[in-house]
Amino acid sequence: MSTLLEVSGVSVSFDGFKAINNLSFQIGSAEMRAIIGPNGAGKTTFMDIITGKTKPDEGRVIWGEKSVSLLKMSEARIARAGVGRKFQRPTVFEDQSVFDNLLLALRKDRNPFAVLLYKRNAPDTEKVHDLAAQIGLSDQLERKSGELSHGQKQWLEIGMLLAQEPRLLLVDEPAAGMTPEEREHTTAILVEAARTRAVVVVEHDMEFVRRLNCRVTVLHEGAVLAEGSLDHVTSNKHVIDVYLGR
Amino acid sequence: MRHFLSLLCAATLLALTLPAQAGPTQDLLQEHAALINKASRKTIQPAIDALAASGLPSAQTVLQKWQNKDMWLRKEDGLFFWAEEITGKTFRLYDFDTAAPVGDFDKAALKQLKPNSGVRAMIGAALVQFQLSDPDPARRLAALTAIQRDAEPSHLAPLRASIAGESDPAIKARKQQLLTLLTIRFATDTPTRVAAIQSIATDISLDTRAALNSLLTSKIVFNPPDSANTGARITPGDPGLSVEAAFDLMVAAGVAAPLPTPDQRRAVLSENIAGGKVGGIPLARLNSQPARDRAYAALNPDWSPNMTKATVVADQPFFQVFAEPSKEVTDAARDALKSIETRVALNQALDLALDGISLASIFFLAAIGLAITFGVMGVINMAHGEFIMMGAYTGYVVQQFVPNYTVSILIALPLAFLVTFAAGVAMERLVIRHLYNRPLETLLATFGISIALQQIAKNIFGTQARPLTAPAWLDGAWILNDVVSISYIRIAIFALALIFLCVFLFIMKRTRLGLETRAVTQNPRMAASMGINPDRVNMLTFGLGSGIAGIAGVAIGLFAKVTSELGSDYIVQSFMTVVVGGVGNIWGTLAGAAMIGFLQKGIEWMNPSNTLAAQTYMIIFIIIFIQFRPRGIIALKGRAAGD
Amino acid sequence: MTRSLFARNPSVLVFLACLGLFTLGVTALSEALGTGMISTSFVKTLGKTLSLSLIALAMDLVWGYTGILSLGHFAFFGLGGYMIGMWLMYERTRDIVVTSMANADIPPTPQEITDAIGNQIFGVVGGSDFPLIWAFSHSLALQLILVVAVPGLLALVFGWLAFRSRVTGVYLSILTQAMTLALALYLFQNDSGLRGNNGLSGLQNLPGLDDVPQSVVSLWFFWASALALGLGYLFAAWVVSGKFGSVLRGIRDDEARVRFLGYSVEGYKLFIFTVTAVISGIAGALYYPQAGIINPAEIAPIASIYLAVWVAIGGRGRLYGAVIGAAFVSLVSTWFTGGQVPSIPLGFYTIDWVDWWQVVLGLSFVLVTLFAPKGIGGLFDYFTGRKPPNRHGKDLGPGSGSLKEQEAEA
Repeated sequence: MSTLLEVSGVSVSFDGFKAINNLSFQIGSAEMRAIIGPNGAGKTTFMDIITGKTKPDEGRVIWGEKSVSLLKMSEARIARAGVGRKFQRPTVFEDQSVFDNLLLALRKDRNPFAVLLYKRNAPDTEKVHDLAAQIGLSDQLERKSGELSHGQKQWLEIGMLLAQEPRLLLVDEPAAGMTPEEREHTTAILVEAARTRAVVVVEHDMEFVRRLNCRVTVLHEGAVLAEGSLDHVTSNKHVIDVYLGR
Repeated sequence: MRHFLSLLCAATLLALTLPAQAGPTQDLLQEHAALINKASRKTIQPAIDALAASGLPSAQTVLQKWQNKDMWLRKEDGLFFWAEEITGKTFRLYDFDTAAPVGDFDKAALKQLKPNSGVRAMIGAALVQFQLSDPDPARRLAALTAIQRDAEPSHLAPLRASIAGESDPAIKARKQQLLTLLTIRFATDTPTRVAAIQSIATDISLDTRAALNSLLTSKIVFNPPDSANTGARITPGDPGLSVEAAFDLMVAAGVAAPLPTPDQRRAVLSENIAGGKVGGIPLARLNSQPARDRAYAALNPDWSPNMTKATVVADQPFFQVFAEPSKEVTDAARDALKSIETRVALNQALDLALDGISLASIFFLAAIGLAITFGVMGVINMAHGEFIMMGAYTGYVVQQFVPNYTVSILIALPLAFLVTFAAGVAMERLVIRHLYNRPLETLLATFGISIALQQIAKNIFGTQARPLTAPAWLDGAWILNDVVSISYIRIAIFALALIFLCVFLFIMKRTRLGLETRAVTQNPRMAASMGINPDRVNMLTFGLGSGIAGIAGVAIGLFAKVTSELGSDYIVQSFMTVVVGGVGNIWGTLAGAAMIGFLQKGIEWMNPSNTLAAQTYMIIFIIIFIQFRPRGIIALKGRAAGD
Repeated sequence: MTRSLFARNPSVLVFLACLGLFTLGVTALSEALGTGMISTSFVKTLGKTLSLSLIALAMDLVWGYTGILSLGHFAFFGLGGYMIGMWLMYERTRDIVVTSMANADIPPTPQEITDAIGNQIFGVVGGSDFPLIWAFSHSLALQLILVVAVPGLLALVFGWLAFRSRVTGVYLSILTQAMTLALALYLFQNDSGLRGNNGLSGLQNLPGLDDVPQSVVSLWFFWASALALGLGYLFAAWVVSGKFGSVLRGIRDDEARVRFLGYSVEGYKLFIFTVTAVISGIAGALYYPQAGIINPAEIAPIASIYLAVWVAIGGRGRLYGAVIGAAFVSLVSTWFTGGQVPSIPLGFYTIDWVDWWQVVLGLSFVLVTLFAPKGIGGLFDYFTGRKPPNRHGKDLGPGSGSLKEQEAEA
């Protein structure tokens, strides 16, 4: 299994506070990984660094077979390179229909002129319908996405992520605020996605993580505390200390 | 015996014409009576000199009375007295030597001496030596000023003589300075002048620079004689000598014949039209310069198109020639001026820094309220400028009721705060509260309020500027030297800005309101759950920001004209100050105000003729500055910045 | 493409039809070609209103759809006006100069003509030499290119600087305002080369067409304005109806999300900023020949804010809203400030509308922002029964986009 993303020795501090401290992390090209950690462990900042939102003070972020550095690229270019990100709160374009949301996310030329001259065609429409079926929103396509329920918005956002056809999916707390059935559906979508691409899930909920059935990385104070299967890390003494307090 | 007789006769004659008690002054005056009676600028000098040099105690009185047209001639005996009007017709005469009244006389028996202005000026010059030693320091100072304004070589000696006896050190210093300047101008031997010039090479006062510059007065001369004190050679076409001017010099010197200008040639052509042709060329073809040149050359064979002024003046000797004949003196003056200019530049930098500080204080004052509403609350208040205007108009209205300027300002400051505080609270309650989280809408709604307020002010107070007069003790300026000075109003505004900074820091860091404001800024929901009422806090914060704008308005109104557009003149700069400084941080506002103030002054200094251009360049600079520090000078970093 | 455009947006057809009817109607009632019920000056007012509607359309694209509250588009409008004004003024002065010189006994040289024109134009600011920026003023074609090139280039450079450094929201608004102010202050100088605060004048006369009466010329400009507005509307509708419009609205509502979808937000903003600047320039080039005079005061920041006011009152985020807002507010303003509205005597004070109209406008603007954020255009929703998305007061999403009124109150 080849390495898709390699983060090594990354540190970043905000006004003297070290949010990420010499963190190293690797993930393969078709792998599911869960990241857990207490509040303030640096999970979101970690994702910010990968997606280019935050520039680290030091360290390297190497991407893909050609081993390009992500640090010099803009957010949009990183996204085009194949990193998709889902935010903690569902962020879909509420003013636009589900169809438009998905069409917007579809992997296409992102150049303004190409977009201006874009004409909707049958294969693209079909792709959108497929995606809608995958996330269970087939009958909601013409509705404004603002009218969807919270869970539907989460799925729509995951659908938009999938439409981007990313090679690495970063998902921030996908199950927050979902009913048990919705969670199950979300798990299914993510596990399915991880067959063909790398998926990193940041989650608090141990139950959800257990269901994902994957390697787990534990972050604490901006650094990796432990890594391995869920059972392995939960039996780790440091992890227990961190979670339960000393 | 014959000798005796003639002497006796003379004595008798004298006794007849002069009263027995005639004193030395009267004698002297009689000696020059003819000159004095028909005083003219050309002839009077010996009489004045004689009086001035007589050493008589009454000489000063005579000159003063004469100058003031108070000297009268008694027709019956031709004696001079000074007179005092008793009634319209009667004058009481006083003797110059004794200062005792001589008697009352009818006007018809007297003749007033009315020296013309030229003569009076000469008398004034002679009076100088007396005034320079006058017991009254004010008179001595006035004399010095008079000399300075209109210096003459004759002043040199009395001035030098008066220094030793001078008791007042300040006046003595001035006398010495003036003596040096007069020495430079009027001393007869070159080494003395050069020494005097070198002695003032560190003095940056305007008088010194003017004196040195006048030594270096020069004009450009064509082919000057060898004896002239020449400076650099000038090539026509350089700045300072245009080709035309150079040519005119040569024409005046008689070495070049005037060349016809194109307009003159055209006039000649049009006078010589014959049968639709000029010089053999049809009129219709004369619409190009070469064709016209050919036609003119045909009419005037002496002329050719190659004879231009530029070719005539090329390589001709044009030199700068100094009015001052001595080369040593001009060289010394140039060196001294150079060393003075370095000092002046340093002082100018200091002055510029003071100007910058003062402008920065104004921007800080105008922006601090905005920094509160925009920076702390995230609310754009486009009506902020109109709150400044309201403050200024409050000051104006108070002055209509309270005539004492000091008292009225003291009333206006808190009143302006109250008025704009109320306006701010009302605006927050009625409009802004409904628009939180919608910054662009807030911007537009407050803009609507801004144009309404502006027009209301225009309807009430009219379009003309209203005066807001500063108390007398704020008039004038603190003058360090001729280069560095700053007006008291600006110092007061600087002090006010400092006070505001301290008050703001105190409120934010030390009071309950500040604590609650910071809490609401950082997390309104959390603050609300801790029992803080965010509505109340927002209202008070907004009122505070608006109130400060009102006080700033009074301050700005003191030096700017109070019109309904007062606010809009400052609003963009205020926003710039906040944005450049960094939002949400009072020190950022301070830094922003300092940067914009100094920058604007700096640009104005580089291009002093044009404040409009200075503002243009400043805004462009700010736009570029934002490139490098998008969040301002003092920026919040990381996730706290909320992007 | 166009067919599907009309199919998806029936309002475009309705709008174009209305515009066409309006143009025909005005033509039929004009002094030049019709009954004369509409005076020439009112035809000019209507033509100017159409030009203002065109720039309002541009403003709607950039603000209503993309969420960039630009307070600088009148700068582009003014630049367009200046560019066409330079040609109009140069050619007209040239005509006058040539005519007056034709009576001289010796025909003038080209240099003499140029000097005389320079004297005529720049005498008022104490100059006579042509500044470099007038280099193309003799050529209509080149100046017409400049009408779009100068505003476009300025927008491109400014936009590149501003968007590159991620200046957004109110910061960007203030920055654009600063840009306008800088330009206005620059033009106010006498040595700016554009006659300082005198501006360019006599633009209502078309060079070489002195025989054509103003009633006809004004109608030509009216037609041109209507045509430009129609084409501009079509273009704007085409831009916003497709995927591009989808991206624009996405940027307005959640810029970061669009960025993480892989779109270079800066590129899109720059594109729309520049394109709307070009449209504004064209609108200005149509407006000022009808106004007859342009001076730097036209570019003052307040003008651009009024532009935002029009769009807001008309209803942003929909193209016809912008047009209606601009037309409505500017016509009503003309009406009120023209002194035609009777004053209201209150006994102790008489409300003179020339003085109080601004107050009413300002306050009504506050009311619209507070109570009718959709503006006049919102009325159409009311009649057609379109409803805002009902989001049940749930999460806002991270940004505070411009269509979030409903939740923001929660």
